[in-house]
Amino acid sequence: MTRRPPVGLWVSGWVVAALAVLPAVYLVVRAAEADASTWGLLLRDRTWGLLWRTLGLAAAVTVLAAAVSLPLAWLTTRSDLPGRRVWTVLLCVPLAVPTFVSGYVLLAAFGTGGVLEEALTRWGLPVPPVYGFPGALLALTVSTYPYFFLALRAGLLSQDPAWLEGARSLGLSPARAFWKVTAPLLRPAFVSGALLVGLYVLSDFGAVALLQYDAFSRAIYVQYEGAYDRAYAALLGLALVAVTVVVLVFEVWLRGRAGYHRSSKGAARAVAPVVLGRWRVPALLLCGAVVLAGVVLPVGVLLYWGARGLAEEGGSLLAPALGSVLASVLGAVTSVVGALPLAFLAVRYPSRLTLAMERVSYAGYALPPIVLALSLVFLGVQVVPFFYGTLVMLVLAYVVRFLPQAVGTVRSSLLQLNPHLGEAAASLGQTRSSVFRRVTLPLLRPGLLAGAALVFLTAMKELPATLLLAPIGFETLATRVWSATAEGRFAEAALPALVLMAVSTLGVGLLVSQEGDAPRG
Amino acid sequence: MIRQLLLTLLLTLSTTATAAETLTVYSGRNEKLVGPLLKKFTEKTGIEVKVRYGETPQLAATLLEEGDKTPADVFFAQDAGALGALSNAGRLQALPKESLDKVDARFRSPTGMWVGTSGRARVVAYNTKKVKAADLPKSILEFTDAKWKGRLGWAPTNASFQAFVTALRLLKGEEAASNWLKGIQANGVRVYKNNAAIIEALGRGEIDAGFVNHYYLYAAKKSNAALPVDNYFVAAGDPGALVNVAGVAILQGTKKAEAAHKFAAFLLEPQAQEYFAKETYEYPLVAGVKTAASLPALSKVGSPDLDLSKLDDLRGTVKLLQDTGVL
Repeated sequence: MTRRPPVGLWVSGWVVAALAVLPAVYLVVRAAEADASTWGLLLRDRTWGLLWRTLGLAAAVTVLAAAVSLPLAWLTTRSDLPGRRVWTVLLCVPLAVPTFVSGYVLLAAFGTGGVLEEALTRWGLPVPPVYGFPGALLALTVSTYPYFFLALRAGLLSQDPAWLEGARSLGLSPARAFWKVTAPLLRPAFVSGALLVGLYVLSDFGAVALLQYDAFSRAIYVQYEGAYDRAYAALLGLALVAVTVVVLVFEVWLRGRAGYHRSSKGAARAVAPVVLGRWRVPALLLCGAVVLAGVVLPVGVLLYWGARGLAEEGGSLLAPALGSVLASVLGAVTSVVGALPLAFLAVRYPSRLTLAMERVSYAGYALPPIVLALSLVFLGVQVVPFFYGTLVMLVLAYVVRFLPQAVGTVRSSLLQLNPHLGEAAASLGQTRSSVFRRVTLPLLRPGLLAGAALVFLTAMKELPATLLLAPIGFETLATRVWSATAEGRFAEAALPALVLMAVSTLGVGLLVSQEGDAPRG
Repeated sequence: MIRQLLLTLLLTLSTTATAAETLTVYSGRNEKLVGPLLKKFTEKTGIEVKVRYGETPQLAATLLEEGDKTPADVFFAQDAGALGALSNAGRLQALPKESLDKVDARFRSPTGMWVGTSGRARVVAYNTKKVKAADLPKSILEFTDAKWKGRLGWAPTNASFQAFVTALRLLKGEEAASNWLKGIQANGVRVYKNNAAIIEALGRGEIDAGFVNHYYLYAAKKSNAALPVDNYFVAAGDPGALVNVAGVAILQGTKKAEAAHKFAAFLLEPQAQEYFAKETYEYPLVAGVKTAASLPALSKVGSPDLDLSKLDDLRGTVKLLQDTGVL
């Protein structure tokens, strides 16, 4: 039996869903201007080829990122790995590395004349191909696995230890108990991570352009950049939206209808951490290798750029750093607040309609950011001119773009929360809002924080919307980096890029320190 | 309380936008390059300038989306094609004759909708350790020769490259342009994101020669003087010697046409023209201002005889690039 959701929840859900669907509306408006020859362009063979190449890359990155993230998430939440919090923070940082930097890392290492290429050739070893599929796969995996990592961590942290203990008491070995109990319960986290990674790859432009992999988003850029052909670009954009819809329908099917919440009474206790013993060294090596690829190498490249002429850097970085933090924090908080009604409606009041509302939040996510930015330019000017050119518009852009990152994590945490807890509190005479504040919200904390961390990190490096929608003169670290690299002044890009990574690390460090539920002992 | 705070914040943000004498400029030119120059304009005229910096094509697309509700008064663009696209859409208004007349007719809109402020020449950049200038062909068309197999790089999504292809189509015809694109592809050309990436790749020795604009070399040499890369100018009159412009235009519907006129006039004064020559290594377009010492004179570059306003036929170029499989 489905219950009626409270009116406030219902209305706020609709408002957020309406916002999220705006870019798609804009695309329909623009696509309506397309003539027959433009439709002809869309339907030719090349479009299908692009589509397959793009989907193939998205699938490969998703699988690889999941394979890397599962052990990392388990190690940092369930084991006695030394320095768990530090590893957690470092493992999140790659989200804040601009994709062209991670792409450049590969070129600097394995490209012709690169550091590793020279060493490998000297020893007569084969040099891995850096351009095309392998390079794009590697660069995008390194920059997107934290989506999985954070989602799986949140899943593991809010899982009821009673399940695992029950399995163990029935005589299952730790490994079997993990695969039989813990892993299946992580399904929602897996699915939300896969969606974020896969759809992000569809929208990525930086890495595929630099590593010369011909993907769908590149075709869309070409239309805006070269031809100013907005109708054709809109058609291509709608094709991406269609792909997103297919993926989302597939996801609903994959997700199934199982219950994930805890069955026991009371608050979750911390799980006793698994002692790694002789697995400690390999575990540290795994974490180290991922941090090396995702953090140390980019920092090394940036330092190398900087060493070529740091003296040239002019101007204080304080204003852009404050700008980045202000806009990204506002974006993160607003996204999480916006995600709450959608996640609640879909999980607590499941129906076709509420499910559709939640799905709609992904509508703009697979679109290349420039399409989203232009759609908000159009709507800002036409519908809310008084906000146009203000910070409100930029925060709105971040919300529309990054909402799914918050919805996914909040939703998977909510799934693991037993609804009877809230009902019990209500039966004890608590009002609905006080139940929410005193019972539900604290229990949701890992999911809320993970969602906020994701949005914060990706907003820190966001570019097209920031350039086009921020108040004029509003600078961020990302716009500084862009301004320097656009003219090939890599030395000047180094410092703001390093500060960008440092500030992001601090931000995630703060969030992780609030997480609370990490295992003790 | 919080609601009040937010309201105040909103009000402050939306009202600071309307000071007395302010000009809003959309600049597709980089802040590092033109920021200091725009400051000088304010010092000289007392007119404040608010600048939205971005990529030229993205700003052009933004201006098209904003339509007549744009907050922009002036568009300072990096290439004639973007200016042409806005002019075609009826988004620009004619500049005063005295500004237009300062610049050779080749480098401004024939309808007076925009004027070039500095010149940007197409060149072949090459790795000096691997190629001798004497071995480079006189015409860009000869790079289809098989001896260049595996040695070339280009950036086909780049606006300046597409402007060059448009020029090639106009000067030599569709078929020749198509053959050239196919020939370069047959030579296994490497694809880069932009000109700066080509110069980087040349420095690494990944390729021997690449098709770029002339000034990227100087920016790259600023951070690495030992870069083994140099510019090569093909013969005068060749499509490969095209000189495109960065230029300025005034938007239709601005309430600040007078200040906008002053802005355009300022960019054509000797002071600004010398700034382009010295700071950005571009070609000044107003007579009597010297080019940077390391560059051949604009008259010697010999840009082919072509109406730059025709470079706005980008649709045809992108179609050709798609038909030949380049894009």
